[in-house]
Amino acid sequence: MEEKLFCKTGGCGAKLGPKKLSKVLSLLDKKNDPNLLVGFDHSDDAAVYRVADDLAIVHTLDFFPPMVEDPYTFGQIAAANALSDIYAMGGDVTTALNIVCFPDEMDLNILGKIMMGGNDKVIEAGGVIAGGHSINDTDVKYGLSVTGRVHPDKLLRNNGAIPGDTLILTKPLGIGIVTSAKRVGQVSDEAFDMAVKSMTTLNKYASEIIRKYDVHACTDVTGFSLLGHLMEMVGGEVSANIISADVPRIRGAVRYAENFMITAAGQRNRNFVDDNVEFHGVPFGMEELLFDPQTSGGLLIALPREEAYSALEEIKKIGLPCGIVGSITERKEKAIDVF
Amino acid sequence: MKKTVDALGKVCPVPVIKAEQAAKELGGAGEVEVFVDNKTAVENLKKLAAQKGFEASSENMATGIYRVSLAVSEEAYQKLQQGEEEVAACEVAGAGEKKTVVVISSDRMGEGNDELGKVLIKGFIFAISEQEKLPDTMLFYNGGAKLTCNGSDSLEDIRSLEAAGVNVMTCGTCLNHYGLTEELAVGTVTNMYVIAETMTGADLIVKP
Repeated sequence: MEEKLFCKTGGCGAKLGPKKLSKVLSLLDKKNDPNLLVGFDHSDDAAVYRVADDLAIVHTLDFFPPMVEDPYTFGQIAAANALSDIYAMGGDVTTALNIVCFPDEMDLNILGKIMMGGNDKVIEAGGVIAGGHSINDTDVKYGLSVTGRVHPDKLLRNNGAIPGDTLILTKPLGIGIVTSAKRVGQVSDEAFDMAVKSMTTLNKYASEIIRKYDVHACTDVTGFSLLGHLMEMVGGEVSANIISADVPRIRGAVRYAENFMITAAGQRNRNFVDDNVEFHGVPFGMEELLFDPQTSGGLLIALPREEAYSALEEIKKIGLPCGIVGSITERKEKAIDVF
Repeated sequence: MKKTVDALGKVCPVPVIKAEQAAKELGGAGEVEVFVDNKTAVENLKKLAAQKGFEASSENMATGIYRVSLAVSEEAYQKLQQGEEEVAACEVAGAGEKKTVVVISSDRMGEGNDELGKVLIKGFIFAISEQEKLPDTMLFYNGGAKLTCNGSDSLEDIRSLEAAGVNVMTCGTCLNHYGLTEELAVGTVTNMYVIAETMTGADLIVKP
């Protein structure tokens, strides 16, 4: 039997749209607990709970259907993506639990390879898989629930950027577009290989670098796209300028988008930011890239301009396209202007 | 001619790709009718229509069934066949007026003495503003970006150029690099796409 996974619309593209989600969340009662340092009120990457003056626990979970056919690679990607939320908060990984949905009649070797991929990434992260939960389901889904630790004073939140900050993105955009083009058989090997390399690279390395700098805000760019996650970062207090031509991207991704290798999730992201974003002379394919849902995407970091270039030099050594993508400004009419 | 695409149960990008393919096979003006099962696919089809110049309309036939109609004009059909690059090339060749673009890539003019270079660039921009035929566009990048920002000696001259209809554009990457994003005092911010497009589309590039 051929050990391939069937990909419909996998990865973070399978998320519920941000618009729907925030509607539901706004209806829930919130209990006030002073030790809950980060909850979902700022749409941050993970929950953070203080257990001692010098120790907080970081909780997150993430799982989704496959976006690549190779089971081992899918396991690596799903794990790198779930672990990323810990790194986006500035934390270190301690333990992880497997989340598995798998059809009863499917070849168990496939599941074995998926979990092997996940396990390898958790080990690379310095953590340990301590258990898990599995469900018989019609489609394959895999991910992790991850626990990490962080000093409460060293937390990297997704809000807190101030005017004058420079924005760095540590991985290339275009994952959703490239995997979409792959599904219809219209992608170059070079582009797809870059997408896989990017998705399987842990944000551990970027996170460890930026902790040495005066980072004002940090988040990982996943299903809600660069502009969606940037919207959460600027909140209502500040605004941002994005220089589209400077955005690191998988070579060919803009061209694929011009040829409509786009996703439903990308359109949902466009609907979410609505008229909070203004484009100034930006080509259609580039707009789509900025709305493209990322799976295991990079960290988006706001830090003082004086520190940005030396931080970027270090991040470049990880070996993925990365770069300065814009800056934070005083609050303007629009949350984000894209040039 | 009319073609029907059944994309029920298909996830993006498949409905959009199939719709475009059907439009290419119309053989002339006509209609492509697409059935999809979600609203987001309808929105993506409308984006295709906007990019390709089709007229789009949609209706919700029943729960989970949407019908999108794409009216393809003869002109839109021809464009699809030619491919966009050729169309762009024709448009540039067909433009009657010669396009002049002035490119300012430094806040100094020439090499030798920096102080002198600053005096010269100020003089150059002033002289440009007094030309009988003004340029269509002035691009400012790298050190040149400082000239369109607060504190520049050339602001007044560049403002008068803009008032006379010259399109003044400054590179956003450069403003960002020098920390001048908030200081831009004349013209608009642009990106490397527009800079590349403006320069390749120019008949004459003037670079001091």
